[in-house]
Amino acid sequence: MTRLLETAAHPRALRRVAIEPLTRVEGHGKVTILLDEQNRVHQARLHIVEFRGFEKFIQGRPYWEVPVLVQRLCGICPVSHHLAAGKAMDMLVGARRLTPTAEKLRRLMHLGQMLQSHALHFFHLASPDLLFGFDAEPERRNVVGVIGEHPELAVQGVMLRKFGQEIIRHIAGKRIHGTAAIPGGMNKALTMVERDALRRETGQMIAWSRGAVATCRQILDANPHTTIFGVFPSNFMSLIGADGTLDLYDGGLRARDAMGATIFDHVDYTHYNRYIREEVKSWSYMKFPFIINLGDEDGWYRVGPLARMNNCDRINTPLAEEERQIYRAAANGGMQHATLAYHWARLIEMLHAAEGIERLLDDPDITGTDLVVKGEPALEGVGVIEAPRGTLFHHYKVDENDVVVRANLIVSTTNNNQAMNEAVRNVAASYLDGQKLTEGLLNHIEVAVRAFDPCLSCATHALGRMPLRVELVDAEGRVIDRMVKGVDGVCGEG
Amino acid sequence: MSPDTRRTFLLDGREIPFREGQTVFDAAMAAGVYIPHLCHNPDFEPHSSCRLCTVIVNGRPFASCTQPAVAGQDVKSDTAELNEMRRSLTQMLLVEGNHYCPSCEKSGGCRLQATAYALGLQDNHFPQFFPLRDVDASHPDIILDRDRCILCGLCVRISRTVDRKNVFAMTGRGIDTTIVVDSPTGLLADSRVSREDEAVQHCPVGALMMKGEAFTVPIGERPYDRAPINEDSVAQFQAREARLHG
Ligand code: SF4
Ligand code: FES
Repeated sequence: MTRLLETAAHPRALRRVAIEPLTRVEGHGKVTILLDEQNRVHQARLHIVEFRGFEKFIQGRPYWEVPVLVQRLCGICPVSHHLAAGKAMDMLVGARRLTPTAEKLRRLMHLGQMLQSHALHFFHLASPDLLFGFDAEPERRNVVGVIGEHPELAVQGVMLRKFGQEIIRHIAGKRIHGTAAIPGGMNKALTMVERDALRRETGQMIAWSRGAVATCRQILDANPHTTIFGVFPSNFMSLIGADGTLDLYDGGLRARDAMGATIFDHVDYTHYNRYIREEVKSWSYMKFPFIINLGDEDGWYRVGPLARMNNCDRINTPLAEEERQIYRAAANGGMQHATLAYHWARLIEMLHAAEGIERLLDDPDITGTDLVVKGEPALEGVGVIEAPRGTLFHHYKVDENDVVVRANLIVSTTNNNQAMNEAVRNVAASYLDGQKLTEGLLNHIEVAVRAFDPCLSCATHALGRMPLRVELVDAEGRVIDRMVKGVDGVCGEG
Repeated sequence: MSPDTRRTFLLDGREIPFREGQTVFDAAMAAGVYIPHLCHNPDFEPHSSCRLCTVIVNGRPFASCTQPAVAGQDVKSDTAELNEMRRSLTQMLLVEGNHYCPSCEKSGGCRLQATAYALGLQDNHFPQFFPLRDVDASHPDIILDRDRCILCGLCVRISRTVDRKNVFAMTGRGIDTTIVVDSPTGLLADSRVSREDEAVQHCPVGALMMKGEAFTVPIGERPYDRAPINEDSVAQFQAREARLHG
């Protein structure tokens, strides 16, 4: 499948449409679409710059700094990095099983992160696309438009996000960049007072999350084109609980193909590199992971909410499980392949997070004070977690002096790298082929990329608008057309 | 015993009593007046190297941590010029080493960081040196991260005078000065240091640390989460005074 994107016979002879989101602080992306002489889309490349140099930076540092240091990798999901690194550190200190309190606190923190991340994405970034349609005027198609026309949704988004952040703050001491996971456990117990304060809010959070799933479902139902937009087959990978239950914090690796057949299942994630390899391509800073036994051409996969919802056999919270069954029925029990189904799956997870938070807060272990275990130290640690955007791998080797000698990270957006290219190619092939550039067409690409919730700051711009620079370049490299879409959403001559 | 109220000096216009043999620093802190300081720890002999505690005594600058209090002196400490100088000194320390507070386990308990806050530092002002310095993680219990060493000399002094082991020393000149370890290999693992040594308990920054304790104190309970260093060090000093001379 990959080769479709890569095998332009004479790339230099292709016309090139470059869509370049303007550079922002945390890495930036640029979309290049290569057209052939007939203006057919031939290649699509999403260039992403991020996480460069981190693996080098961490070398020579003592391992206990890692969970705190990695939070600075990404301003968007620091808690996921903190916990994935924390799990790797557990292995280094020989903590095979955490105390019940420590594991539940980590899960609570993780669900808080999932809730706030998914809430932010849906209410502030995705809802304008869904509520107003792709071609709506830019003045409307943003979060300000949502606040104007659906004020209750905007408020719920803010409150859900705040609640998630409150959970994180109580556990980690700060809403962002706190400290919580330490090798072998956690550094702070949750007090009864903190527990009670959080527990008072959960009913409302569950109700709002449930409402959000229903709203999303209704929008998708009412707009049949959403089920044909960006539909392409792929493999799916995620962590899974021992009995096939959705598990966002721990479990084995499961991969299924486009038809739902098992590729591998319940794989011990510490052996991930026997199943997944990363390919380097000359044109991208970001690697391309693939499932080894399928090969680099066919082995790419999707991760994140869509993959998790397709992969799991059940959800262990009742309301989210009800919604999962509706979701599966919509795909006739098979795999959902529509790009916009990411939003649906994301909201079912948000509902699961809200329910899971309530359940954990009702668990007497959550206010326990037995927080740390240690065992026989090891020189290698792997931590894998389902971050809001998908499977996140952290892998470290240390020397006998406790200093990191090697680190390897595969972040969620890297796991989705090839899939995002495929989504752009698919959408461009359907909507751009042989046509002149228009804002609406660019929006379609933007909407497809955004559905993955990639951790590009350009994709999560404050108002949910991606600033774009578009250039149409002919085979000789001359710019024959320009289009710039500013942060205000207004298009103009570049 | 109450201080001899006839023996006083003026500190920023306020009368400060002192005991015979006290330094300006000691008398000020005992009276509840904070003087910023980094290389001095009141439990050990001062040696006036960081100059943060500089005050103006009768028109001339002195390090208050070693300057004996004398009756009738006119001392200035909390002045715009002195505080500006203290900020510059702190900024220079910050750029001369590699201080990454966000991932440093000493954060919240670091005297350099806390002093920077107390002085109202907004940035490092000077360009970062990014020096290349070694981490010595060879010892099973102790780690020496020279990136964070501010060359206060406390470990050197304490190892010599309290532990009587002479494990640490300074070598090199000027900007190339570094802390070295007395052992055949130059590594902590091969030295006589042990985790019980006083010398490894008092590093004001995160340079000389115990392994296995990183981030075990949660945010909110770290030393300078409870009180800023200006309040904390005065309170600690006064408690110490009450204990020793109460
Ligand atoms: S290691 Fe610590 S105590 Fe020793 S000189 Fe450096 S900063 Fe001072
Ligand atoms: S504290 Fe007095 S010179 Fe450093």
